[in-house]
Amino acid sequence: MSPSLAALRYLDRRWIFLAIGLLVVVPLLTGFHIAPVKPSPPSRGFFNAIERLPAGATVLLAGDYDPGTIAENYPMQLAAARHLMARNVKIIAVELYPGGPPLTDRVLHIAGEEYHKREGYDYVNLGFKSGNEVVMSQMGSSIPRTFPADRSGTPVSRIPVMKGVENFGQIALLVSISAGFPGTKEWVQQIVSRYHVPMIAGVTAVSAPEYYPYLQAGQLQGLLGGMAGAAEYEVLVNHPALATHGMDAQSLAHVFIAFMILLGNLAALPQRSAEKR
Amino acid sequence: MKREIPRLISMAAGIFVLIGFFVPHPAIRTTYDDLQQWVIIVVAFTYVLGMANIMRINLKQIGARSKDWPYKVALVAGVVITMAVGFSEGTKYLDDGTRFSWIYNTFYSAMSATMFSLLAFFIASAAFRAFRVRTVEALLLAVAAFILMLGRVPIGNAIHPVLPQAAEWLMNIPQNAAKRGILMGAALGVMATGFRIILGIERTYGSEGEGT
Amino acid sequence: MHLSHDVGVWIAALLTLGIFSFLYKDNPAYKLCEHLFVGISAGYYVVLNYYSVVKPNLFDPLFHDFGSDRHYLLLIPLALGILLFSRFFPKGGWLSRWSIALILGVYPALRITGFGQGDFVEQVHGTMLPLWVPGQLGTTVGNWFLIVGLLCTLIFFFFSKEHKGALGGTARLGVFFLMVSFGASYGYTVMARISLLIGRVMFLLHDWLGVLHL
Repeated sequence: MSPSLAALRYLDRRWIFLAIGLLVVVPLLTGFHIAPVKPSPPSRGFFNAIERLPAGATVLLAGDYDPGTIAENYPMQLAAARHLMARNVKIIAVELYPGGPPLTDRVLHIAGEEYHKREGYDYVNLGFKSGNEVVMSQMGSSIPRTFPADRSGTPVSRIPVMKGVENFGQIALLVSISAGFPGTKEWVQQIVSRYHVPMIAGVTAVSAPEYYPYLQAGQLQGLLGGMAGAAEYEVLVNHPALATHGMDAQSLAHVFIAFMILLGNLAALPQRSAEKR
Repeated sequence: MKREIPRLISMAAGIFVLIGFFVPHPAIRTTYDDLQQWVIIVVAFTYVLGMANIMRINLKQIGARSKDWPYKVALVAGVVITMAVGFSEGTKYLDDGTRFSWIYNTFYSAMSATMFSLLAFFIASAAFRAFRVRTVEALLLAVAAFILMLGRVPIGNAIHPVLPQAAEWLMNIPQNAAKRGILMGAALGVMATGFRIILGIERTYGSEGEGT
Repeated sequence: MHLSHDVGVWIAALLTLGIFSFLYKDNPAYKLCEHLFVGISAGYYVVLNYYSVVKPNLFDPLFHDFGSDRHYLLLIPLALGILLFSRFFPKGGWLSRWSIALILGVYPALRITGFGQGDFVEQVHGTMLPLWVPGQLGTTVGNWFLIVGLLCTLIFFFFSKEHKGALGGTARLGVFFLMVSFGASYGYTVMARISLLIGRVMFLLHDWLGVLHL
């Protein structure tokens, strides 16, 4: 066994690249199905927080991500926008990632058309503002002063959905869709801690573990972690979409990487026993 | 003057923002709001500075016909064309159907998403080449990673229903305890560094090129 | 198979393949994509910041409504913004420090209060858990684990005294908790990276080649 295992150590990494590529492509192409998606408690928390909102309430939807994490954040933002509009909740969207505004626009337009909501009356995208947590803190003083106009230049004084909205006193829930910095962590620090606004977050998987302390401490009421979290939420809102479709490929790739770790350690065994000798 | 004025600005701005957090008096809050509004604007200018710097460096390399200069031409053309198209569109520059949104979708979005997706290949390769279990600590790390990798996707439930539950317990209890420890430690560190910067004790920032 | 007829989709697909070609080896196609990406991003950021920040928050109030609501004060950030460019001139480069100084004053102040409240006080508060929950053994055990794990992790980080004896044992237990936490982070990182690839493959198969129906 040893010689062939030792030879594995010199395996060209491009074979591994090819394998991972095929493991993603084949399940998507064949519609291969492994198991249904089962929602976890943090995803249920996200869902329930929106379910508790009264019709007519206003939420702040922060789309702090860009195309770099579109596969994880876009499905959760779209599902959240659909859920909010289905419950007749008004949406004020902002973005602190430069690449974010067109993605949030797309989400709001798709959901708006599906639920017959009007831009400016039922939802608005205030767009991007540079300055990270300074923007959040300034919004705590005055949202219209921080965002004097919406994404396409219409003054907020002429936008019906912004009528009476001055700061977080009028926001029933903060929905943070976040790829990292600035995002969920900064919203918790600057807004939840200070103004005690209820908050839920949909975040990239790589950052999700960092937010579990916030979840346990009650600073977050719900959390979607990565594409798997998005898929769980899609199941909860009964609207399976992009994330749910990707879960079988995701499962297979995870198994493959676990297998790679085992194989890599097996391949290193002959070397280790030689070192011991 | 070169050192003292920036330090005074930092100190005054920092102290005002700190006081503004605790004191809701309009006189304080007005300055507090003004300072934040100014920062938002100055940070926007830093993006322009970044672009100007990229142009300066690359134009210099094109002029000198340095290695890979034809690629620098593509880079400069990218900057110039994107800006020219954006500024010619007006405030509706990002609306559906504009040329600027076409550039965003076709170039920026496609390349940004693909750049990050390359990491999937490298993490698979690294799992094989670098993830070695040689100590108890590494074993704990590997076991936790396995439970999470399998328990957080549908296949975990198909293997055994206890896997997703184990993954959730792991996230809520042991990993939560350690992450909270890191969070609290980092918070103390950030606060201490913050005070040092505001009070002018920390001189690593804003004093480049000054010597010691 | 419904191959896309959209030129934009074709260009995006070719750029995607151009970047993926790096997996085989570094090559001119990848380099071209890389440089184009940097150039277009820089141009995009400038246009975005002009229409999202400079115009609505600075130029409009300053040039169209100078007198009201103390808008004249916006001359200060305008001047500080311009001063940033003094970095390009060797003799006047120090002036850009004034602008940086404003940023360096405001951010740490916000972080002191943000981290203090959100990441310290609230986290201590969240750890004040009952050590005995009648009828719920699982919760009781979990609470013990959480509190002991946190204390051990903090001891590992904070005590600069040599980790020997009881302190050493506690710190080692802290390391075990940290390792589990790093393992969890690794698992989630794998999930994140694979998801991004799935997203890109979905684009190629669905938007470009039309062989995937979502």
